[in-house]
Amino acid sequence: MNINFTLISQAMAFAIFIWFTVRFVWPPLMRAIENRQKSIADGLAAGERGRNELELASHRSADVVREAKHRATDIITQAEKRAAEIVEEAKAAARDEGDRIIVGAKAEVEQEVFRARETLRQQVADLALAGATKILRREVDAKAHADLLASIKAEL
Amino acid sequence: MASGAELTPTSYMAHHLTNLTGSVGEGAFWTLHIDTLVMSLLIGIVSFGFLWWVVRGATSGVPSKRQAFVELAIEFIDGQVKSTFHGDRHAFVAPAALTVFVWVFMMNAVDFLPIDIMAAVYELLGLHNWRSVPTADVNTTFALALSVWLLMIFFNVKVKGLGGWIHELVCTPFGKNPLLWPVNILFNLVEYVSKPLSHSLRLYGNIYAGEIIFLLLGMWAATGLAGTVFGTLLGAGWAIFHILIVTLQAFIFMMLTVVYLSMAHESH
Repeated sequence: MNINFTLISQAMAFAIFIWFTVRFVWPPLMRAIENRQKSIADGLAAGERGRNELELASHRSADVVREAKHRATDIITQAEKRAAEIVEEAKAAARDEGDRIIVGAKAEVEQEVFRARETLRQQVADLALAGATKILRREVDAKAHADLLASIKAEL
Repeated sequence: MASGAELTPTSYMAHHLTNLTGSVGEGAFWTLHIDTLVMSLLIGIVSFGFLWWVVRGATSGVPSKRQAFVELAIEFIDGQVKSTFHGDRHAFVAPAALTVFVWVFMMNAVDFLPIDIMAAVYELLGLHNWRSVPTADVNTTFALALSVWLLMIFFNVKVKGLGGWIHELVCTPFGKNPLLWPVNILFNLVEYVSKPLSHSLRLYGNIYAGEIIFLLLGMWAATGLAGTVFGTLLGAGWAIFHILIVTLQAFIFMMLTVVYLSMAHESH
């Protein structure tokens, strides 16, 4: 156990090895390890985010489906209402049309009746006049009593 | 073992416990344990070269098994440092702890190599005296402990300022009262002396003792058949137990380094 120059040489070697480790060994490996830790943490975070997004999307899709159902119900209700309206309108129009046809028909019938009555009266007047003429042929001068005859004919 | 001289227990022990020395100047201090230096440099270059090679190809994607192993070691040390040191550990303390742990562990682990076979190998290379385990040389452990000690003082001054550090030396742990100053200074002096001593001698003692026990078992194995059988069995048992000691001592050395450095960062 004798202390000698070996001590100093060993201390120098030690210093060089420490310098080497501090400079060349430690930092690159620590960098690699830290990068890996970071990428693992990133991956885990991304997975978590993905899971959250999936949950959000499923919520959203459920909302969309509910909304669509709601709107479909609305549309069906409106359509039924519209159909009922159309039926009502059609009924009303048909009733109006029918009424109008009936009115027209009645007016025509009345006209026909009026015309028939007119014709009948004409014929009755003519008949009466012809009868009267036959009865009065001798006494009545057609020329002298023409205006009288005309006035009778008008009254008939 | 392959020395030409007559083999006695003393010469056997001496052979295994003598360093290959070189001289770099006049005087006893200026000798250099070439074996210690070369082995520790070799081990350091191989260990940190391996780490560097793995780290250079490191990917932040799926790691290879090799990279996963290195990451395991580094994250283990990083976790230990994190629980002790509260500051920017990546700047210096954690990599320094990694250096200490890897280097000390690998140097200790050379103790697993069977000493006599290794001695024969070194003999083939023309190296008669060659101690394999750098941490069984007190110079290595003192070099590490004193480097940590200097770093401790450096960080004390850097974090607290020179005045702050001197104030801490004078006024802690007992109080600010001037009557207590001498006691505080004495206390801190003892602490600053004992830290590197216990730090280095703990590691040195454990590894050196481990080596001695391997040598003793090797000597026992040379005494006859019974000695060989028991020497082998106990040698295997000791080697297995030594796995624990080698790892534990490297870990303790690293933890003390981290603790000393973090104490230097914190005011009391």
